[in-house]
Amino acid sequence: MALLDALRRAVGDPLFYFAVSPALKILVLLFLGILPVITYLVLAERKILGFIQARVGPNRVGPWGLLQPIADVMKLLVKEDTLPSQAVKWAFILAPCLVVAPAFIIFSVIPMGPPPAAGHMAWYVTDVNTGLLFIIALATVGVYGLIIGGWSSNNKFSLMGGLRSAAQMISYEVPQGLSLVGPLMLAGSLSLVGIVEAQARLSWWFVFPQIVAFFIYLVAGVAESNRNPFDLPEAESELVAGFHTEYSGMRFALFFLGEYANMIVISAVATTVFLGGWLPPFPHLVPAFTHVPGVIWFVLKVFGFLFVYIWFRGTFPRYRFDQLMDLGWKWMIPLALLNIVATGVIKLLLAHHG
Amino acid sequence: MAEPIVDPTASDALFDPGEEMELNFGPQHPSTHGVLRLKLKVDGERILDCYPIIGYLHRGTEKLFELHPFFQNVPHTDRMDYVAAATNNLAYVGAVEKLVGLTVPPRARYIRTILAELQRISSHLLWLATHAIDIGAMTPFFYCFREREQVLDLFEQYCGARLTLNCMRPGGLPHDLPVGWTDTCRAFADKFPSKVDEYEELLTDNRIWKKRTVGIGVLAPDVAIDYGITGPMLRGSGVDWDLRKAMPYEAYGEVEFDVPLGKNGDTYDRYLVRMAEMRQANRIILQCLEKLPAGPIMAKRPRVLKSGKDTEAYHGIEGPKGEIGFYIVGDGTPNPYRCHVRAPSFINLQVVPELSRGMLIADLVAIVGTTDIVLGEVDR
Repeated sequence: MALLDALRRAVGDPLFYFAVSPALKILVLLFLGILPVITYLVLAERKILGFIQARVGPNRVGPWGLLQPIADVMKLLVKEDTLPSQAVKWAFILAPCLVVAPAFIIFSVIPMGPPPAAGHMAWYVTDVNTGLLFIIALATVGVYGLIIGGWSSNNKFSLMGGLRSAAQMISYEVPQGLSLVGPLMLAGSLSLVGIVEAQARLSWWFVFPQIVAFFIYLVAGVAESNRNPFDLPEAESELVAGFHTEYSGMRFALFFLGEYANMIVISAVATTVFLGGWLPPFPHLVPAFTHVPGVIWFVLKVFGFLFVYIWFRGTFPRYRFDQLMDLGWKWMIPLALLNIVATGVIKLLLAHHG
Repeated sequence: MAEPIVDPTASDALFDPGEEMELNFGPQHPSTHGVLRLKLKVDGERILDCYPIIGYLHRGTEKLFELHPFFQNVPHTDRMDYVAAATNNLAYVGAVEKLVGLTVPPRARYIRTILAELQRISSHLLWLATHAIDIGAMTPFFYCFREREQVLDLFEQYCGARLTLNCMRPGGLPHDLPVGWTDTCRAFADKFPSKVDEYEELLTDNRIWKKRTVGIGVLAPDVAIDYGITGPMLRGSGVDWDLRKAMPYEAYGEVEFDVPLGKNGDTYDRYLVRMAEMRQANRIILQCLEKLPAGPIMAKRPRVLKSGKDTEAYHGIEGPKGEIGFYIVGDGTPNPYRCHVRAPSFINLQVVPELSRGMLIADLVAIVGTTDIVLGEVDR
């Protein structure tokens, strides 16, 4: 903190608050936050799946397999980076970046803790007043990576994987976006910080009044991040490995990273919008909880979501392509629209009577 | 293969006679269960035509039979359906016994029945594991392998091998059960039904599982009979035909069991039939262990088996995948003159194009899975 203060005095307030502080936060978030969490999320997934599936999971590299993710990353880094001779090279190289970058950028608007008291740094990189729109817009970019990756590989299975992911992500973006409208109407703000503060004001997390929206978001989120039971774009028993069939080495790892980053993003957004972000649970029943730093509650809630994701993977078979479309268009979108109407009507009635 | 493509006038919203694409599904593909190659003509994800290409694992087994004496041919049968070696052995030695005229002592008959039913369980477990993982359910795979391991352990205790068992001989068995084997087997059989409950809990009422299997790959009973389909595939369509009941061999005439039947002939019914068959197999094992007679395990036989001149015999049994039968022609020498195998996988595979036309690629995976083929047996 003293060091930061010195830095602030050295570069001057405007430069510090607009450039240096966000840059520092991004570096810290990326290299101490997201990347280690992703690497260990993979290990956690393998361990939890092992537990579900009556086996052990990785336990050879380091104590309890703790060094396994590091070994995996090393392997992927030194692996030969093959480029199919028939591939469209620039697109083939661009695709993984298009998947990873948006997923990482989204983290910049997610508040991990309360807004700062005077003289302190905030628990988020920035608070955009159109935060939710920003997130939805960026999340859409990721699908281009999958389509381009599938198309440029010049492989029939990749192409089909790319097509599936395009259809799937477009179909599920709609209910996902619509499900966020309900909480938005309750909060009256698009800013993520504003949404959490609204939940503190109402002393209701939005998951309770917006339970329908919550479940729609959860399911659409699983579909968005291409996870089981919606993992059709990379369904290995059908399409070998889908859009990333031809990818190897670090390029493949980027797709992998993107998938896990997306999982965390979706969990983080769900936590912020529906589960009160950094707010402690039961503040009145257990006052001690309010003394725990908000960021810890935030991380715990995100991990809860991630566990559910992994649990899904251990439990469900995979949907078929047309069934997935049916679910999205025939059930989730109408439900999400109904939810918006109901929210509006109730809000209007309450405004009239209260 | 040129002809019947899906009717373009059919009222099917997803069908649009647009661009066709040829897709090679296999021989290196995660869900073709070995080296099956399916040449698909697809329109998007919809399969217009399917043409199986086999022979990637052809080893000329039937020819090899002619080169060796009757005894030495048993190991060849292990390597055909390599996940159900015991039933292959049983069918082969049965054919040789018919050809040469040997009477198997009761103890050997009972032990053979136990081994065959254990093999049925292990084969069905492998089928369930791969079928489930093809449809995307990962967890049943590990549960099934946990129990399959115990069955393989039992085989290992009996004959030393886990897959290529070579555990039967014309006239009886190579060795008696080891000490304590029946107790281990009984302990397994006592617990096994609860394990089947566990798999069923994960799948039978699972909505996604039902969506993926109900009404998929519907095989009408008459079509099944026309194609010569046997085994659980046939019974899934509701045809009551089980060689263990229809022409009892070994000890099957002396034990009680039911033949589970399906109604609709779809993938889900075949799943239910096989699940029920595992329970019935378990029931048979328990009864056989109960009744296991004492006595010799090998018939009186000459050192070198010789067939009569111009003799022939066919012996078919109910294998895990269907009727596995051996047709042997003898010419008076210790070797078979000709041996033909009626391989259930080969014959059941024929119906895959019929079932998959007009379906989606995801359904094809379910259909190949439900057919329960082993390429070692298809190609021989």
